[in-house]
Amino acid sequence: MTKLLEVEHLSKVFTLGSILSRARITAVDNVSFDINPAEIFALAGESGCGKTTTARIVLGFEEATSGTIIHNGKKEAKNEKVWITEGIQAIFQDPFATFNPLRTVDNYFFETLYNYSLTRDKKIAIEIIDHKLRQVGLSYEEFAAKYPNEFSGGQLQRISIARALLTNPTLLIADEPVSMVDASLRMSIVNLFKKLKDELEVSVLYITHDLATAYYVSDRIAIMFRGNIVEMGPVEQVLMNPKHPYTKLLRESIPEADPKKRWSKTVTLSELEHEEYLRKGCKFAGRCPDAKERCKSIVPEDVYVGEVLVKCHEYAGPLHP
Amino acid sequence: MNETILRAEKLKAFYVLDLHGTQKVVKAVNEVDLEIYENEVYGIAGESGCGKTTLLKALFGAIEPPLRLMGGKVYYRWNGRRIDARALSREGSEIEITALSPEEKRRLRLEFASYVPQGSMSVLNPVLKVKESYQDFLASHVSGKTREQAFEMAKRHIAELGLPRNILEAYPHQLSGGMRQRVTIALATILKPRIIICDEPTTALDVVVQRGVVQLLKDIQRNLENTIILVTHDMGVQANIADRIGIMYAGKMVEESTTAKIYAEPFHPYTRYLINSLPKFGDKSDREGVPGSPPSLINPPSGCSFHPRCPRAMDICTKQIPGFTSLEADHKVACWLAGDGEHDQAA
Repeated sequence: MTKLLEVEHLSKVFTLGSILSRARITAVDNVSFDINPAEIFALAGESGCGKTTTARIVLGFEEATSGTIIHNGKKEAKNEKVWITEGIQAIFQDPFATFNPLRTVDNYFFETLYNYSLTRDKKIAIEIIDHKLRQVGLSYEEFAAKYPNEFSGGQLQRISIARALLTNPTLLIADEPVSMVDASLRMSIVNLFKKLKDELEVSVLYITHDLATAYYVSDRIAIMFRGNIVEMGPVEQVLMNPKHPYTKLLRESIPEADPKKRWSKTVTLSELEHEEYLRKGCKFAGRCPDAKERCKSIVPEDVYVGEVLVKCHEYAGPLHP
Repeated sequence: MNETILRAEKLKAFYVLDLHGTQKVVKAVNEVDLEIYENEVYGIAGESGCGKTTLLKALFGAIEPPLRLMGGKVYYRWNGRRIDARALSREGSEIEITALSPEEKRRLRLEFASYVPQGSMSVLNPVLKVKESYQDFLASHVSGKTREQAFEMAKRHIAELGLPRNILEAYPHQLSGGMRQRVTIALATILKPRIIICDEPTTALDVVVQRGVVQLLKDIQRNLENTIILVTHDMGVQANIADRIGIMYAGKMVEESTTAKIYAEPFHPYTRYLINSLPKFGDKSDREGVPGSPPSLINPPSGCSFHPRCPRAMDICTKQIPGFTSLEADHKVACWLAGDGEHDQAA
């Protein structure tokens, strides 16, 4: 089966500070993953783990320091962004910030259709728009000539998804699509991704810190920590039987909606984010309960345990000098 | 049963907006009855825009235009030390917070009730070191202490809560979001208040950091044996810390019970949606969100404001507002499905 998107050895380095005190932060460090057609792939981790940077590079907003992105078998070429935006569309975190409050939202739809030369006929445009809106549970009548403030957050996020669907993309990149949406409406957005996957065979790169919805919606998941993918595999195996100590910590820290399952153990929190970024060996070594000497100096290899990729010395077997 | 520490009666707080000559009234808190006990964590949940934050403001007496108190009363029970203010000198009696003068309210704050506002990561002054913020707070609330003594007190408090001591010498931007949040909570609890009001203290934090903040709140509550009023829409956090939970919808309290009961046997159709829509690990079955959109608080639907979204709406729901009735001793609900027992017709 051909892959829809292949990301290979992607790295992004940011430099911090002035000329005198430079610090280099590898926000994305040698990240490789792929997405199959009609699959929801979750990229999860804490803020500052590099998941949004990865998405921005895939979307072409940011240039990678090294690495390649292959979409539908085609390699990314510099100065050629059209293949990206037509086949890959983005959905952003804050639906209120997605749309200009002084413009009616239907403007964006007509504009997208014109810009991609999908149609210049207004009647056909309205037909297409109505069709796309119905796929997300809205209709053209209740949407035409309205300003963003006339919709609720959940509705706006649906509209934002409908707009992304206009170009018939094969991949949606959703960066925290439900974190700004009300708890009561969250599930309807998440269910919508499922529906799009089943009916239109659209793949979704679902970027989130909410492991509970990631578990619910996605097929495969990658857990990122300080620029590295530390664990990747089928969601059922990664989240129900976590192997990397960081995944274990994340999994334990999710408040379960069950008063019988309260936290009993205490956690230690990281003091400074960029210290962890600058760590030589495993970046989690400072907080890991089972950290050994080698963890502090040697970067662990990616090891496959069954279908799951783990980046931890614990699974790498005996150390070869 | 512990003694009541805070009581609200038919509390009504509206935002009165004057837009080009036409008055708009946002009924953010509409006839809320509330009783909160000593030594408990009371959780308030509901979707955004349902009046949670406004309710906290009304309970804390922080009413500023365009917010107006339209009716109802809030009582505090004050058993502690005597504060040098006339209205507060009646020890052991209930105090009506809205009748106090601004100066009296100021004295009540931080020592009796403290407030951790939403987005409190950004309340620290960015150009002052954390210790200076602490000294300012202490100087205005503790009399007869020099700045050095106040600093000692702050140091001791920080150490007690298990936070690194050097954060007092740091500027806010040098701390991570989670650390700033914990510094703010530490600041709010330095005078050991009897009530801590927290507005979305863990929103916008990562899960691991969120767990740290919840842990800190739990520790504080256990040590001080005081009351925490916790507003958050995250039902997972509520399940983890709250003793009792009140569910708000469109400015009204629709259900209130112990945490165990709310999660095991939710009664109100809205609460049921909230609980049942939560994804659970090890269970990938389909979950349904609440249908429809949140109601407008300017023109709330007639009768029960949930009826346009309710799958079990009846005729009466569209006409009359259900009162807040007791199902059992510790389970109250505002829904016509609860029978027409003692529904308050006037409400």
